[in-house]
Formats: sequence, C-alpha cells, structure tokens
Amino acid sequence: MSFDYAPAPESRAVVSIKPKYGHFIAGKFVAGSKHFPTINPATEEVLSHIALAGKAEVDAAVKAARKAYTTTWSKMSGKERGKYLFRIARIMQERAREFAVLETLDNGKPIRESRDVDVPLAAAHFFYHAGWADKLEFAGLGTSTKPHGVAGQIIPWNFPLLMLAWKVAPALAAGNTVVLKPAESTSLTALLFAEVCQQAELPAGVVNIVTGDGTTGALIVNHPGIDKIAFTGSTEVGKIIARAVATTHKSVTLELGGKAANIIFEDAAIDEAVEGIVNGIFFNQGHVCCAGSRLILQESVAEEVLDKLKVRMAKIRVGDPMDKNTDVGAINSKEQLMKIIELAASGDDEGAQRWSAPCDLPSKGFWFAPTIFTGVTQAHRIAREEIFGPVLSVLTFRTPQEGIDKANNTPFGLSAGVWSEKGSRILWATQQLSAGVIWANTFNKFDPTSPFGGYKESGWGREGGRHGLSAYLKGVGHE
Amino acid sequence: MSNRIDVKKTYKLFINGAFPRTESGRTYEVKSAKGVFIANPCLASRKDLKDAVVAARAAQHGWNKATAYNKGQILYRVAEMLEGRRAQFVDEIVLVTGVTKVKADKEVSEAVDRLVWYAGWSDKISALSGALNPVAGPYYNFTIPESMGVIAAIAPEAPSLLGLIDVIAPIIVSGNTVVVLASTKAPLSAMSFAEVIATSDVPAGVINILTGKKDEIAPWMASHMDIDGFDVTGLATKKHSAMREAGAENLKRIFSFKSHDPGRILAFMEAKTVWHPIGL
Repeated sequence: MSFDYAPAPESRAVVSIKPKYGHFIAGKFVAGSKHFPTINPATEEVLSHIALAGKAEVDAAVKAARKAYTTTWSKMSGKERGKYLFRIARIMQERAREFAVLETLDNGKPIRESRDVDVPLAAAHFFYHAGWADKLEFAGLGTSTKPHGVAGQIIPWNFPLLMLAWKVAPALAAGNTVVLKPAESTSLTALLFAEVCQQAELPAGVVNIVTGDGTTGALIVNHPGIDKIAFTGSTEVGKIIARAVATTHKSVTLELGGKAANIIFEDAAIDEAVEGIVNGIFFNQGHVCCAGSRLILQESVAEEVLDKLKVRMAKIRVGDPMDKNTDVGAINSKEQLMKIIELAASGDDEGAQRWSAPCDLPSKGFWFAPTIFTGVTQAHRIAREEIFGPVLSVLTFRTPQEGIDKANNTPFGLSAGVWSEKGSRILWATQQLSAGVIWANTFNKFDPTSPFGGYKESGWGREGGRHGLSAYLKGVGHE
Repeated sequence: MSNRIDVKKTYKLFINGAFPRTESGRTYEVKSAKGVFIANPCLASRKDLKDAVVAARAAQHGWNKATAYNKGQILYRVAEMLEGRRAQFVDEIVLVTGVTKVKADKEVSEAVDRLVWYAGWSDKISALSGALNPVAGPYYNFTIPESMGVIAAIAPEAPSLLGLIDVIAPIIVSGNTVVVLASTKAPLSAMSFAEVIATSDVPAGVINILTGKKDEIAPWMASHMDIDGFDVTGLATKKHSAMREAGAENLKRIFSFKSHDPGRILAFMEAKTVWHPIGL
C-alpha cells in the first residue's frame, strides 16, 4: 500500500494576464516600443510580452518621478505619505492570491512559497514602513530626515514582488519617489503592483515602473536625474554599478551575492539541523543570495548528518510549482539552468562527489534535481562561487575554530547559519562569523523589522529595520 | 647663549608598534613656516603601506576582542599621555605651521578632549545604534554594530594633530585597526603622536602611521584588496571619485567627513543581525 500525494493544483483563474504590457509612468500605463516574451519556466509557455524600455522611456519615468517629488511627495506630510503606504499594504493583502499565482507562473517558485512567504512578507514591508513615514526624526544616529530625491531601483528575479517591496516601501516612507526596473524574466507582479498604486490613488509619478533588461538597468544607473541607486543582484554587476556611480553624487546601496556557510556542530540537534540544511539551500530552488550553500560539518557527526540529509532529500517533492504540495519548483530561466549545470560539472571535474535526490523531472521547462557535493575543498569553484541553484557543497572541520575559519574564507559576507544546542557556543560562533545576517538554529527567516545585508563583497547597506530605512535618508555624519 | 648642540629627532614611520624607516630609503624635506630646515621625514612607499596593512590585519582580531571598557580606557590613556606632553606638540605645531602659540595650544587641548570624547563612545555606540527587532514570529532577533576590519585614512593637511586624531579615534574605538597617512606638510606632530601611542597600551598594529605624499599613497589605499574601508577626509574632494572607482573592486566603504559625530564611528561599522528561535 502506498501513500502517494494526489495532485493539488492551485487555480490560475484568479489572474488575467494581458498579451502585452507597457510601462507604468506618471500614474498611467504607456505602450512600449519593443517587446520581449516572458515565459513560465515550468512549462516554457509564453505568458505575455514585456516592453523593453530605452532612453526615451527611462527619461520619461525619471522626469515623472522628479516632478512628483518636487510638486507633491516632498511637500506632503509624513503622516499623509504613510497613509498611502498603509493603503498599498492592505490592497496587497486583499489581492494576495492573485499576486501569489502570478508570481509562481512567472518565476517558477512553488505556490506554497509565493503564497506563504513572498506575498505576505511584501505586504508586511509596506505596513512596517508606512509607520516610519511620520517618525523620521526618530530614525536615529547618523541619519537626517531628508530624502535623497529620485531613487532608481533595480531588482532581481528570485523574489520579484518581495524585492520590489524591500525597495519601494522604505524609499516612499522616507519621502523619495522611485523609478523601478523589475528583472527581465519576472516583470508581471511589478506590473500588477502598478495597478495597486492606481487603486491606492498614489499620486502620479511617485512610483514609476519601467521594464527591460540590463541595458535598461544601465540607463537608470547612469541617469543624471537620479539621486540614489538601490540594486539587488550579483556581486559582478554590483561592482560595475559601484564604478559607474563613483564619479557622481549618487548615493548607493547594494545587496549582492553570497556563499553562506551553514555550520553544524557535533552538539547540534541533528534532525532539526537537517531540516535547516534543506531549508537553507533548497528554499526557492536555491535562488537565494543568502542560501546556506556551503554545509560545514563537524567531522564527528558528518556521516550521520549526510545519511539523514539524503533520506530527507529523497522526500523533497520537485515539480509543478502550481501544485500546493511542491517543495522545489522550476529553475527560473534556461540561462540560469546552464550556469548551474556548468558549475556542478566543475564540481565533478575538480574531484568532488555528486549525489542527487532521486526524482522525476518534468520533460518541459527548466529543472535541476536537489544535489549535494561531498569531498569539497575550499579551493573548489563550487565552494567559492555563487551557484544560485539547488546545489550544496559539503566541507568538514575538526575544531570549532577551523569551522569558523572555513566559514569566513570567502569574499562574501551576507549570511551564515550555526547549529548547536549549547548557548555559549552559539553566541561565540555568531560573534566570529563575518556576515550581516546569522541564523542560529534556524535559517532563511526574514522580517521587515530585521535588517538584512552583507559584509565585505556582499554589498553596501542594509534593508529592513531602522538600519534599512536610513539608506533612503541623507546621512548627517558624512557627505 | 649656550654652546650646547641639541639632539635632533629622526622622524620615522610607525608600523606594528615599531618605528622603522621607509623600506624605500626615500625622505622629503620639511621646513618651518619661516623656511628653515627642520627634518627629513620618510616618504612612505607602496611597500610600507602593504607592511602596515599586514600589521593592521594581524592586530584586528585581538583589538576587536578587547572589551569596550578596555578600549575606552586605552583611548583615554592616549589622551593622558598627550596631555602630559602637550608642550612638545605646541612647539612642533608653532614651528612647522607658524601659527601663534595660543592657537597651537588650543589645537592640542581640543585634540586631547576629542580623544576623551571618543573614548567614552566605546561602550555606548551599540546601545544607541543596535536594536532588538520585534519580528513576527517566535524568534529572538537583535542587531549589533561590529567593527569592519582594516581601515585606511588620509589625515587632513591642517590642523595636523587634531585632524589626525579626528580620523584615527572614530575608526579604532569600535575595534577597527587603521593605517593613516599624516599631513604631508606638517608630519611632525603625527610622528610625535606615534610616540604617545607607543606608551599608551595601544596594541602593536592597531594604529599605523605613514608620512609621505597623498597622490602616491591614496590610490594604493583605494585599490588594496585587504583594506575594508577608507576615510578620504584629508583628500581633495575632486579626487574622491577616483578613489571610489578604484575601491569598487572589493566594494570598499569609502567616506569623508565634515564634523565629528557618532555617525563617523558607525560609518566604519557593519550591522550584524542574529536570529534564534524561542521555545521550550
């Protein structure tokens, strides 16, 4: 007798996708000139056609944002600004199912995650920041109450709506207006968000959304009418942006790559740690900048942890993202799949041992089975480069200090995980780790009140909490 | 009139708690405001900078680990030592810059007071900039500011002593270590200040002081891959963008400052957020 899961598909009837989209500029949808297709990565079905913004569209968006800043938004009291943000949060909650379904169709992530993580957290970010709008004078040390002006914001494809919320909510609360560009492969929820702005009667031009690829992003980064750049994406592009704005007056925040260590000490609660390892690397197909992509195991428990991890991984349900029982969905694009395949192949070539969870992958769409590599050394590419996929590199250590040294041996410093049942060891390890977010006996938790961002080459600044808000206010202590 | 010939000081660099000459063997001439020769301080090289960064990196872990109370006391000790030798600093400032004794005296007083001010921040900054974050779930979540690592700095040309202390103190009070290039025209008080540091329980390598040319050393500071932050206060504003460009390779945090305030300390700190479940 077997207990198989019956299919439990979420209905897509709740969304209506237009065959073609334009940009959202000065409160109105305007037709685009060139278009490119956006597909469902789980089926390769073309969902719609997205406009590619060129110079004219970016200029128009910046102009609209500037006008809204000078005539409306900067003159409005924080109290009133905040009310618009509260409205947005409420409308997002009302239309949550629509957002979740659209996100899953466009991104490939499991509906369970878009429904339970991405969309509620996005609404929570607006609700949290709404309350800051009339309290900027209490935002603390080194921060003024003055916004930068027009913010240019470029976001990635891994959490399309959530990253929009992380960017737009604090910017508006602080009194900036924005020009936002969603990622090329995941524009649909940003365009639905534009409708929310309309329903909230947000003054025209406060939020402008232009769609496109990296060329559109470069137009935003280099636009002289923009005062502040906020980017989430790869460290490689982050450095290009840092160089591009070096010669300008623009303020910058960057939320970049990671290669997080997840350290399991021998006194960890092993079963809980195994759940944490799975959540750390396979959440959102591993398309997470803070993913726990390096498992650093104390030698004495390495065998036990790996045995249990393989048993657990064999139960991960990979497949239709719209199925409510799915754990791991589709890789977001063919390009990303190729990158994962190439890096995994380097693991084989450099002598690590590959093990993949036994699972049937759909014939259409982009898929990669949850995979671990053991016998990984610190020099291996899979221990140094961000794979951004469901691939875990396993290293081992003997003494606690060796574990910390291996964890910190990376130019990244975004996040880390520590597992131990001993309080003093947890606090010691969190102190030693060079990372901006440390999850102790948990992993991949996010909250609008909790600052998120990296040390070293993982970026500049924080998002969330008072620290994140300050990135959208002019500093008082320095230029 | 005495016939005694006075004993003049050789001005060297200050790296890892010692006073080496520059490895380059180069010096430059410093003259008094009246044009009289005073000294041949070192013209530091890229290699001197590298040596100083190695020392600063090696010292950082231990300095960061010192308690805030301890760091505060050590900074206060630096102020004590400076106070005790104020006459020497007044004389050097008068000699090199030509300002009045009253003005030089005021600068030294401010320098001492500034050290005392920053000393007091060591055990207060995290209470003011840290946070306990009320996340929506059963988790204990807090954010604390931590030191960033090794920070380079260009001290302003003037005031040569107060300006130097204004860059050093906010960088090290949080647990960073520093490599600072002193005022080019008025390096005497910087190198005498190194003697103050050497007798103040500041661990070797925490503060490293170079003398030389900004245009030569600053670009190497900006591009050095083991420097985490860079205070360009002493560099002309028009040169900042080139520093930011060079610093992008390791996403160096680069700032300049116009005043002294706690934001100056926080600029070279990183916020670390820790989550832990709450439960039985």
